[in-house]
Amino acid sequence: MKISREDVLRVADLAYLDLGEAELETYRAQIDEILEYIGKLNELDTSKVEPMAQVLADDQTADATLREDLVVPCAVADDVLAQAPDPEPPYFRVPKVIER
Amino acid sequence: MSAAWTISSVREAIAAKKTSAREIATEHYKRIAARNPEINAFLTLCEKRAYAQADRVDAMAAAGKPLPPLAGVPLAIKDTISTRGVRTTCSSKILDNYIPPYDATAVVRLEAAGAVILGKTNCDEFAMGSSTENSAYGPVKNPVAPDRVPGGSSGGSAAAVAADLAVAALGTDTGGSIRQPGALCGLPAMMGSYGRVSRYGLIAFASSLDRIGPLAHNVADVAKVLQIIAGRDPNDSTSTTAPVEDYAAGLAKPVKGMKIGIPKEYFGAGMDAGVREKVEAGIALLRKLGCELMDIHLPHTDYAIATYYIIATAEASSNLARYDGVRFGPRVEGDSLIATYRKTRGAGFGAEVKRRIVLGTYVLSAGYYDAYYLKGQKVRALIAQDFGEAFQKVDVIVTPTSPVPAFKLGERVNDPLQMYLADIYTVTGSLAGLPGISVPCGRIGGKLPVGLQVFGPAFGEARVLQLAHAFEQAGGASL
Repeated sequence: MKISREDVLRVADLAYLDLGEAELETYRAQIDEILEYIGKLNELDTSKVEPMAQVLADDQTADATLREDLVVPCAVADDVLAQAPDPEPPYFRVPKVIER
Repeated sequence: MSAAWTISSVREAIAAKKTSAREIATEHYKRIAARNPEINAFLTLCEKRAYAQADRVDAMAAAGKPLPPLAGVPLAIKDTISTRGVRTTCSSKILDNYIPPYDATAVVRLEAAGAVILGKTNCDEFAMGSSTENSAYGPVKNPVAPDRVPGGSSGGSAAAVAADLAVAALGTDTGGSIRQPGALCGLPAMMGSYGRVSRYGLIAFASSLDRIGPLAHNVADVAKVLQIIAGRDPNDSTSTTAPVEDYAAGLAKPVKGMKIGIPKEYFGAGMDAGVREKVEAGIALLRKLGCELMDIHLPHTDYAIATYYIIATAEASSNLARYDGVRFGPRVEGDSLIATYRKTRGAGFGAEVKRRIVLGTYVLSAGYYDAYYLKGQKVRALIAQDFGEAFQKVDVIVTPTSPVPAFKLGERVNDPLQMYLADIYTVTGSLAGLPGISVPCGRIGGKLPVGLQVFGPAFGEARVLQLAHAFEQAGGASL
């Protein structure tokens, strides 16, 4: 077994994701099978290979694509706040974070 | 009026005043009303916006002004692409009521070119899937065979075009999500090179892989849509300044002598016999066209799915952290901020998304990062290197698009790994950042479409389109 029930609970905790009891075991078993499959990558010796995080042409690197820092109008605050589940313009309201 | 509109027939009919953009939009909305309840391709329609745009095009035609390249062409847009003022859900309950405050650059460019956007298409939730069965709004049915899936994740876009509910559509492709539904619905469908099309306004799934691209009835229309959306956008730092070629001009160039690599690794076990027969007939047709075929090796192909599901889920787990019930989407209140995040996410995401968040968080977590994520990035380099070496010898690479034709609804939903393996021939090009098209290559038993995939070197879109066009013109679809 590659991944235990405790592993799934720990990871769900990191991802702020509530999982029901039934989901927990279903995902554990499915992810276990996927990790078993992924294990085939260990057949390859990659000790001398540089990791590739992104496929970028020379002109797509940060240096080449940084634009001038210009101030442009962006009057979307009302539209953005209108999408919030609990807006208190100009703020987003959330449950209390800090106990007094 | 003919059901099979193309971009040029729409534009010419409007210019010649045989019809109007408004009439063509009306005709499509009528067909949507008749057909969509069954196939579920569209989630949201935007009639007001579509008719306002159609009227602008008609006013241009009435004034005798030259019409823009996509004048009056009815398009469908995948619901992972932002449309200002038009509900955009990513087929997820967590964005059930979300109305973007801005348009994606691709959408802005299409409308500036005269296109009429009809509405937003169904897909797998956050584009995670290969059958469109992972939508929170019900599966899409394949118009060619309604008991079967249309492929995914851009299944709604593919079904909309295949059922003549739109002339062309935008999809998004992370591991095959444009090409595979194109293949399963019998349409040409393309992703340009990584960086070719701006992703500003595309709701992110896996940022090092995501691309926007077109599906249409023919390769010329795919080329026309790609032409409009390609090119540098200051709002997307990963979009490239590389010049955009004139795709239409290159289409008719002869393909005689083109060097085509056929990778042995794409014809192994697990391939449906009917798919094999059609793809082999397709390769024979390419030989008849005077192309020079040669066997090549892409030795790390067998590791691509494993690599892809590490990288894509890792990036997804990070990108999807933003859905927390604070700024958009429904909120499920808990007794603390953290509890609110947890409950909102637990209730708002569907099963496949949760599975990928768990897997992606796991491969990035302390103690597993090197074994999985770093390993995946290294194998990704090997896969890209395979292609780099192959393109020293050949102009393009031809493979099947999908190992199987459209499968039955429900057949694979309980087996995620089997579902992932549907992308076995498409994820390689995604990982390597290459342009790829799926072009129709006959139908099994005269019914189920098969796709032939063409990969080109980075920014070799014109060459890919040229070969696909020649294949189509030579009768590839009716093999």
